[in-house]
Amino acid sequence: MSFLSLEQVSHYYYSPTSYTKALENISFSIADGEFVSIIGPSGCGKSTILSLIARIMEQTEGHIYVDGENINDSSVQIGYMLQQDYLFPWRTIIDNILLGPKINDTISEETHQQIKQLLDDVHLPGTEQQYPDELSGGMRQRIALVRTLITNPNILLLDEPFSALDYVTKLKLENIVSEMIKRYNKTAVLVTHDLGEAISMSDRIILMDAKPGRVAEIFDIPESIRQTEPFYVRRHEEYQQLFDHIWQYVSEDTVGERNHNHEGDN
Amino acid sequence: MKETIDQILYSKYKRQIKKEKKIVTIWQVALFLLFIGSWELLSSSRLIDPLLFSSPSKVITLIYTKLGDGSIIGHLSITLFETIIGFLLGTIFGIILASTLWSSKRVANIADPYLVILNAMPKVALGPIIIVALGPGYVSIIMMGAIISVIITALVVYSAFNEVDPNYERVLLSFGASRWQCFKEAVFPATLPTMISTLKVNVGLSWVGVIVGEFLVSKKGLGYLIIYGFQVFDFTLVMSSLVIIAIFAAIMYKLVEKLERWLIKHTVS
Ligand SMILES: Nc1ncnc2c1ncn2[C@@H]1O[C@H](COP(=O)(O)OP(=O)(O)OP(=O)(O)O)[C@@H](O)[C@H]1O
Ligand SMILES: [Mg+2]
Repeated sequence: MSFLSLEQVSHYYYSPTSYTKALENISFSIADGEFVSIIGPSGCGKSTILSLIARIMEQTEGHIYVDGENINDSSVQIGYMLQQDYLFPWRTIIDNILLGPKINDTISEETHQQIKQLLDDVHLPGTEQQYPDELSGGMRQRIALVRTLITNPNILLLDEPFSALDYVTKLKLENIVSEMIKRYNKTAVLVTHDLGEAISMSDRIILMDAKPGRVAEIFDIPESIRQTEPFYVRRHEEYQQLFDHIWQYVSEDTVGERNHNHEGDN
Repeated sequence: MKETIDQILYSKYKRQIKKEKKIVTIWQVALFLLFIGSWELLSSSRLIDPLLFSSPSKVITLIYTKLGDGSIIGHLSITLFETIIGFLLGTIFGIILASTLWSSKRVANIADPYLVILNAMPKVALGPIIIVALGPGYVSIIMMGAIISVIITALVVYSAFNEVDPNYERVLLSFGASRWQCFKEAVFPATLPTMISTLKVNVGLSWVGVIVGEFLVSKKGLGYLIIYGFQVFDFTLVMSSLVIIAIFAAIMYKLVEKLERWLIKHTVS
């Protein structure tokens, strides 16, 4: 069943002197509980897609549906974790996490218990009264994740959440996130530059082309890799083969030699 | 052993700082005494006209007697009152105006040329019009103290609003926040440091507005004393008023500076 679907979505950025066609005829759908990664060269419109799904902007053309309903009419909760943590420096950690519930006016005793639970989940218990600048980059990103999860989103959008981290921290966080998404049964869209990360976390990978941004290729991840925890996927026997296979397309893409005849493949 | 060497170096550094501070203070006091001394000397030896330039001893005597009979307290407190109210009004309305501009891009665009003109305009030139409109009383003077800082506050704060990283708003928008909630939770608090720093500028501006206002209409206040002293050729009175203004403007500036530090510490951690 397709839970979230984009149909012929195009998006333009306008300015008084010029315009940019960021997305052209993007179509794909995601099943309930599925984890999809979007990869592609810088500027191909990955963040733009997430912003459209997050209802921060409206697409110039096309439709986005959730559960068969237009996304703007839908009451579905969507959590969006931006490319950087964007914790509000003048608010304590707890007040940062409470932003979503505050705006939706849903703060309750239960919210506080949930925050405690989530902080435990990301291994940061007891940081409630600290300020963001007292935490390291990796800790801040985990707090941003908690801030996103506390609104109980059905759909989780993650924009390169692990990009600024050292390798080990990154692998650990991948595990935490992947585990939490499975446990709380979220549908998730992850944007990343790291093909290994995409392979180890997702059920499917969407590869995009730049200028204008469009879907180039969609790859299914084999069941055996999907069952493995992200931390160990990179050592899985099928991993390297799959990596090399996708890498062909990715490198063709970045070298720019692709003629667009792959489009009909899916 | 190592630690004691570190400590010795550090205390040497501290001693140097102390010494430098002492030298600066000595120079400051010396310059002050030199200024007062030569003023007194030049005046008493009639090298400068004592009628025009008065002398420190006369100024001090005058302030002392006026403090004694309490007459200066009345003038001082009315001027202080007008300045503080003008300062607060100017700052608050400046911020409100900036918020209005932020709330609607169209309003901001429409207002733009008017704000440019109002900002470029020397506000004290509006004095006579304000007095005609509001009557020759302290309301007009407070207005002058306020109007002088309101436009510049609005422009500075508005541009600070626009410089807030839009991603903070995006975070809130992803939670479904309204524009007002974005303002309240992101734009306004992110701009607090700018608003606080306008306070310091505005307190100086308000003194200008209020003193000019008192020049124009008042029967009371330090500005009035200056103008009155000038008219009756009592320059000791003019000088005394100037000295009092200098002292209290400096005190107020320091207080606002303290308030600024306190606010920054308690609102923008
Ligand atoms: N606010 C904006 N105004 C104008 N153009 C924009 C804006 N945001 C993005 N663009 C343009 O739209 C295109 C897609 O941008 P987007 O941020 O979605 O790319 P991205 O795939 O997320 O890139 P990256 O991997 O570097 O984050 C780019 O060409 C970019 O220059
Ligand atoms: Mg991006």
